[in-house]
Amino acid sequence: MYIQCTFLLDYAWLMLLFPALGALITTLFGRRLGGRFVSWLAPGAVLLSFAVAVLAFKGLLGLPAEERSHEVPLWTWMIAGNFTVSMALLIDQLSVTMALIVTGVGFLIHVYSAGYMHGDPRYARYFAYLNMFILMMLTLVLADNYLMLYVGWEGVGLASYLLIGFWFEKPAAADAGKKAFLVNRVGDFGLALALMFIWTSLGTLQFSQVFQRAGTEWAVGSTIATTVTMLLLLAATGKSAQIPLYVWLPDAMEGPTPVSALIHAATMVTAGVYMIARSSVLFGLAPTSAAWVAGIGAATALLAAALALTQTDIKRILAYSTISQLGYMFLAVGVGAYASGIFHLFTHAFFKALLFLGAGSLMHALAGELDIRKMGNLRSKMPTTYWTFLVGAAALAGIPLFSGFFSKDEILGLAWQKSPVLWAVGIATAALTAVYSFRAVFVPFWGHERDRKVFDHAHESPRVMTVPMVVLALGAAGAGFLGIPKLSLFEKWLEPVFAPAQNNLAAATSQSPLHTVYFPVEWVLLAISALVALGGAYLAYRAYVADTEIPKRVRASMGWLATLLDNKYYVDRAYNALIAQVRNVARWLAGTFDQRGIDGAVNGVASVTGWVGAQARRLQTGLVGLYALSILFGAVALLVWLVIR
Amino acid sequence: MVPTVYYLILSAIMFTIGVLGVVIRRNVLIIFMCVEMMLNAVNLTFAALALHLQQINGQIFVLMVMVVATAEVAVGLAIVMNVVRNKDTTNIEDMNLLKG
Repeated sequence: MYIQCTFLLDYAWLMLLFPALGALITTLFGRRLGGRFVSWLAPGAVLLSFAVAVLAFKGLLGLPAEERSHEVPLWTWMIAGNFTVSMALLIDQLSVTMALIVTGVGFLIHVYSAGYMHGDPRYARYFAYLNMFILMMLTLVLADNYLMLYVGWEGVGLASYLLIGFWFEKPAAADAGKKAFLVNRVGDFGLALALMFIWTSLGTLQFSQVFQRAGTEWAVGSTIATTVTMLLLLAATGKSAQIPLYVWLPDAMEGPTPVSALIHAATMVTAGVYMIARSSVLFGLAPTSAAWVAGIGAATALLAAALALTQTDIKRILAYSTISQLGYMFLAVGVGAYASGIFHLFTHAFFKALLFLGAGSLMHALAGELDIRKMGNLRSKMPTTYWTFLVGAAALAGIPLFSGFFSKDEILGLAWQKSPVLWAVGIATAALTAVYSFRAVFVPFWGHERDRKVFDHAHESPRVMTVPMVVLALGAAGAGFLGIPKLSLFEKWLEPVFAPAQNNLAAATSQSPLHTVYFPVEWVLLAISALVALGGAYLAYRAYVADTEIPKRVRASMGWLATLLDNKYYVDRAYNALIAQVRNVARWLAGTFDQRGIDGAVNGVASVTGWVGAQARRLQTGLVGLYALSILFGAVALLVWLVIR
Repeated sequence: MVPTVYYLILSAIMFTIGVLGVVIRRNVLIIFMCVEMMLNAVNLTFAALALHLQQINGQIFVLMVMVVATAEVAVGLAIVMNVVRNKDTTNIEDMNLLKG
C-alpha cells in the first residue's frame, strides 16, 4: 500500500509534461492542425494533468499524515561551486491542493475558451499560451526550491503578459500588457533579492533545507528574517495585486475574458498568497513582516471593495473584487491563519472564475458590451448565465451556506483573535462586497432593458460555455462544506504543512498558536457575518431594483469621497507623475551623457584624427623633387646614425 | 691592376652626381638619366667588390639590377611620353596633381 502510494507520487512530473506537450504541439503545428483539433488537444492536455493531480492526491491520502511530503527529483539543474540547484517536485498537501485548483479550474476554462474564442484568427496561439500558463503555474506550485518557483513565477508573468495583450491590435490591450509586465517586474525584483539573501545566509534554496536551517540559524525578529520576508512580501504584492502594486490588475481586463477568469482571478494572482504560505516558516520568524502582510491585506481589501462599488464596467467590478478578496487572503496568511487563507483561495477560485465566465458570457451575448448601465432584464434571455452568476455573487458576498461564507468567516474569526481592528476592517469589506456583488447581479439581470439594441442582441451562450459555468457553480455553492466549523476537513488536511511555522512562533513568543475560537464567540461572529452579507444584499436590492434614485442621492451626499473613488484614489495619476519625474531626470542624465560623453568621445577621436591628417597632408606636395630630397636626407641621416652609433 | 678603392671612389662620384641631378634638375628626362647613373654607380661597386672578394654573387647582382633598370626605363619612359602628350611639358614641377 505504502509503495503503491509513493509510486503514484513519483509520476507527478507527468502533470508538467502534458501541458508542455500541448503548448509545444499547438505552437509548432497549431495552424496546420486546425481549430477543431486544437480545441480538443489543449483542454485534453490539462484534463490529463488534472487526472495526474487527482492520482497524486489519492497517493497522499494513502500515506500517514506526517509522511505526506514527498520529493520527486528529476535532474540536477545546475552546479556552480557550492551552488547546487536540482529540478525536483515537492508533492505535499499544499502543492497538490494548488495543483488540483490550477488544473481543475484550468480545464473548465480551457473548455469554455473553446467556445468563447471560436473564430478568432489566432485561435491556436491562444491555446498555446494558455497551456504554457498551466505549465508555468504548475512549475510554480510544484517547485521544490525557490529558484524553480522563481522560474514558474516569471513564466506565469510572461503568459499573463502575452494573454493580456492577446488582441494587441487594440492599443489599450497592448498598453495593459506592458503595464502588467512592468509593475510585476518591481515585485519580481523583490523576489530575486530575497532569493539572493536566502542563498547567502543559508546556503541553499531547497524548501525543506531553507526552512530547517532558518529555524535554527535565524532568530525570531532578526534583521535577515525581516529583510527576506519583506522582500518576499514585495514580490507577493506585485503578483497578487496588493497595495502598492495592484494597479496592473484592473487594466489586465483588456485580455480575453477566460484569461481574466483563469489567470487574473482564479490562479496566477493567488501565487503571492501561495508563496507566502509556502514560506510560512520564514514569516513565522518575522512577526513584523507578518503584521505588514496582514495590514496590507486588510487595507487592500477595504479600498478595493470601495472601488468595486463605483465601477460600471462589469469586468472591472470583478477585477477590484479580486484585489479585495486577495486582500482577505493576505490578511489570513498575515495573522498566521495559513490554512484559512488557502481555503479562501480555494473557494475564491471557484466563484471568481465563475463570475468572470458569466461576465464573458454576457459580453459574448451582447457583442462585447461591458457597461452594466446598458444592460438590464437579461435574466429572461440568459437563464443559465443568470443563475450561475447569481450563485457566484452569493458565494462572493458570503451569503450563508455558499462557499465564500465559510472561508471568509473563518478568516474573520481568526483575525478577531489577532486584533479586533483587522476584524472590523474585514467586516466592513464584507458589507461592501455584498453590496457590489449584488449590484453586479441586479443591474444587468433585473430591472428593465436600458438599451434596446443591446437587449435584442442578447442570446444564451452555447453549451460549451455554459457547462463549465454550471460545474463551477456547483463548486462555488458546495466547496465551502470542506471547511465547515468544527469539522474543518480542509484545515486538518493542510495542518502538517504549516505546523513548523506555528510551532516556531509559539516557541519563540510564547503565544498560543491560532486555533479554533471558543464558543460562543465564533457563533456570534458567524451570525454577524451572515447578517452583514444578507443586509448588504438587501441594500443592493433597495438601491438598484426598488428605488434606483438611491445611488445618486448617496453619491451626492458623499462629496469629496465620491470624487476620490471616481479617480481611483489618484493612484494611477500619482504613479504616472512619479514615473514622469523619474523619466525626466533619467532622460536628462542619459541625454547629456550620450551627447557629451559617448558622442563627445567619438567625435573627439574623429576631430583629433582629422586635425593630425590636415597637418600631415601638407607634407605631400606633389613635387617629386622634394620627395627625392627627403629621401636623400633620410638616407644621409640613417647613414650618420649608423656611423656614429 | 687598378686598386679596388679607385673603383669605389669613381662609383661614389657617379652616385653623387646622380643624386644631385635628381634633386636639382627639373627636366624629367634628365632626372631619369640621373637615376640610371645612380644605378650604374651601384653596379660598378658590385662588380668591383665581386672582383675584390673573389665572389660571383656581386656580378649576378649586377645582371639583376640591369634587368630591373631596363624594365623601369620601359615603364618610366612610357609614363613620361604620356605626360608630355597630355601636358606638353617635361618640367617635373608641373606634374604635381598627386598631392594631399
